[in-house]
Amino acid sequence: MTVMEQRGAYKPTPPPAWQPRTDPAPLLPDAEPYRVLGTEAAAKADPELLRTLYAQLVKGRRYNAQATALTKQGRLAVYPSTTGQEACEVAAALVLEEQDWLFPSYRDTLAVVARGVDPVEALTLLRGDWHTGYDPYEHRVAPLCTPLATQLPHAVGLAHAARLKGDDVVALAMVGDGGTSEGDFHEALNFAAVWQAPVVFLVQNNGFAISVPLAKQTAAPSLAHKAVGYGMPGRLVDGNDAAAVHEVLSDAVRHARAGGGPTLVEAITYRVDAHTNADDATRYRGDAEVETWREHDPIRLLERELTGRGLLDEAGIEAARQDAETMAAALREHMNQDPALDPMDLFTHVYAEPTPQLREQRDQLRAELEAEADTEGGTHR
Amino acid sequence: MSTVAVKPATMAQAFTRALRDAMAADPAVHVMGEDVGTLGGVFRVTDGLAEEFGEDRCTDTPLAEAGILGTAVGMAMYGLRPVVEMQFDAFAYPAFEQLISHVARTRNRTRGRMPLPITIRVPYGGGIGGVEHHSDSSEAYYMATPGLHVVTPATVADAYGLLRAAIASDDPVVVLEPKRLYWSKDSWNPEEPTPVEPIGRAVVRRPGRSATLITYGPSVPVCMEAAEAARAEGWDLEVVDLRSLVPFDDETVCASVRRTGRAVVVHESGSFGGPGGEIASRVTERCFHHLEAPVLRVAGFDVPYPPPMLERHHLPGVDRILDAVGRLQWEAES
Ligand SMILES: Cc1ncc(C[n+]2csc(CCOP(=O)(O)OP(=O)(O)O)c2C)c(N)n1
Repeated sequence: MTVMEQRGAYKPTPPPAWQPRTDPAPLLPDAEPYRVLGTEAAAKADPELLRTLYAQLVKGRRYNAQATALTKQGRLAVYPSTTGQEACEVAAALVLEEQDWLFPSYRDTLAVVARGVDPVEALTLLRGDWHTGYDPYEHRVAPLCTPLATQLPHAVGLAHAARLKGDDVVALAMVGDGGTSEGDFHEALNFAAVWQAPVVFLVQNNGFAISVPLAKQTAAPSLAHKAVGYGMPGRLVDGNDAAAVHEVLSDAVRHARAGGGPTLVEAITYRVDAHTNADDATRYRGDAEVETWREHDPIRLLERELTGRGLLDEAGIEAARQDAETMAAALREHMNQDPALDPMDLFTHVYAEPTPQLREQRDQLRAELEAEADTEGGTHR
Repeated sequence: MSTVAVKPATMAQAFTRALRDAMAADPAVHVMGEDVGTLGGVFRVTDGLAEEFGEDRCTDTPLAEAGILGTAVGMAMYGLRPVVEMQFDAFAYPAFEQLISHVARTRNRTRGRMPLPITIRVPYGGGIGGVEHHSDSSEAYYMATPGLHVVTPATVADAYGLLRAAIASDDPVVVLEPKRLYWSKDSWNPEEPTPVEPIGRAVVRRPGRSATLITYGPSVPVCMEAAEAARAEGWDLEVVDLRSLVPFDDETVCASVRRTGRAVVVHESGSFGGPGGEIASRVTERCFHHLEAPVLRVAGFDVPYPPPMLERHHLPGVDRILDAVGRLQWEAES
């Protein structure tokens, strides 16, 4: 028999164990980011919800401006602004029930505040008086996470633990477009899908990781497309359309709550401010680009919808502004007070019980402080 | 008292017993890692746990160390007490980001509001002919990270006691399991598990008068052997087994060195930047006037862990320890 004859006799079959695990089609995101405002879908949206979103967006914008101003006054060491991204921040907080958990990244102070955390406590990390100012259990908000994407597996673990205990808890975890390149992003999504954990991953694709544009971050058709590889649905949404983000996240939360497992949501948005006050955004992007996004501003989009449908008038706009001013004034006032710090706190929370080594170092610092106080008091002079 | 002879347990079996007892005592204790379920772990330390407690409490995870430890963080946030297994010492490295950035410091960054009672079991060290990446001694990395406790047993009884104490601790504990001793047996009676002692006490394994060998984990039996051999040379060596590297028991160690006036630190991991430097320095600071000679170190060479056919040249053995002990006759030499 010739080789050709052998080949002809060969009938290709898949390897014995192979079968598709999931039909990928329902997991794939739509071709276009989902939108509500300015479309027919807006008619179905609850006017009360739209008004709440509007008030929160205006407050959020003012909060971003106030916090940015506080960095200029030296009251905050740094502030990563979410101006332009308020719709994502606010919606992330509003879609959660009381018992649910929020896992923010370092940029998401606004979501933390929208969830109910005291604005001053939410800023402790950035102010520099402690790493986490708030009690994570009070509003079920994990500490603001600085290493990128590392909070994502925490969200999965917590949601998994809650489900094992039979509790109705959903975790929503936030990450930036740059963060999706980290290994922890991959591991978290994979664990969540394998465990069918009630988690929603919200990627705020704001165009840049500091200076690096999305094109240098990924070759995927969209970040939402990454979901299908893990076996979870991916959704694309206009991240500046507060109603759309709220709806998509609500769907995902409902899906998770019902036992459907995780969802990956990519919100297309834009960081209008620089990365932080320390960043010079003109080095990597032009004004024209920023301008197109200002046109597509989340507050403007919602305002247009509400006023167009007679759900908001000048007085309503003014009331929202006033409300935001009150919040900003309170924030200013609190942030202008110097925090009272106890240096002995350095040793208090390293372990449940300080080790003998820490006790020694604590005594050393105490002696140094006493000597300092004596010198200042003039006793040794 | 029963007259039926009790089959002595191996160290691996003592670890298993500790896990089983902890899981039975507290439903919050969850075991997770690669192959810990059906297989019972590559060293069989989790043998039977999935069967007894179900796959929700002894879970085969996806193959991802950062994911394992990262999800354990979230589970601990929700009130569970995860016990994670890192399959081999060098495979824990992908999890270091989670370990250092979160596990070790979450209590601190939340001002004590969010303690993380996670136990991280790491089979470590050489001497079993493992291929590359299966024999590292990584204790210096763990010791250098504030917020972690680091323990390592040398006896079967301590394997049980330290693992129980680790799981009971409200802080994260790295339990370094000397894989060379997994199959070792001693007089520990599995029918009467040792009571759980709090972490942080060293123990004098062998009293002596002429010098102290300060050691831990897999090097303890080697030091015991060296102490026996040294008798022929007229040396009466004391052997201190640290058991806990963090917190460090200065008291027991320094009491011993003050008695003997001479000390050698013995461990497998490299010497430069290794635990021995820290220990020697602590001892010198505290016992300077009692010392008859500098504190010496006998450690692994400062090389990546060698291939199996060369590891016997790398590991500190009896001869190298005796040689160091000889060098402790400082006065006579100088
Ligand atoms: C693990 C890690 N690497 C690097 C950094 C430094 N860093 C802080 S923010 C940032 C860019 C993040 O971009 P992205 O994830 O898109 O989030 P965004 O800032 O746009 O919200 C980098 C590189 C970090 N915080 N963590």
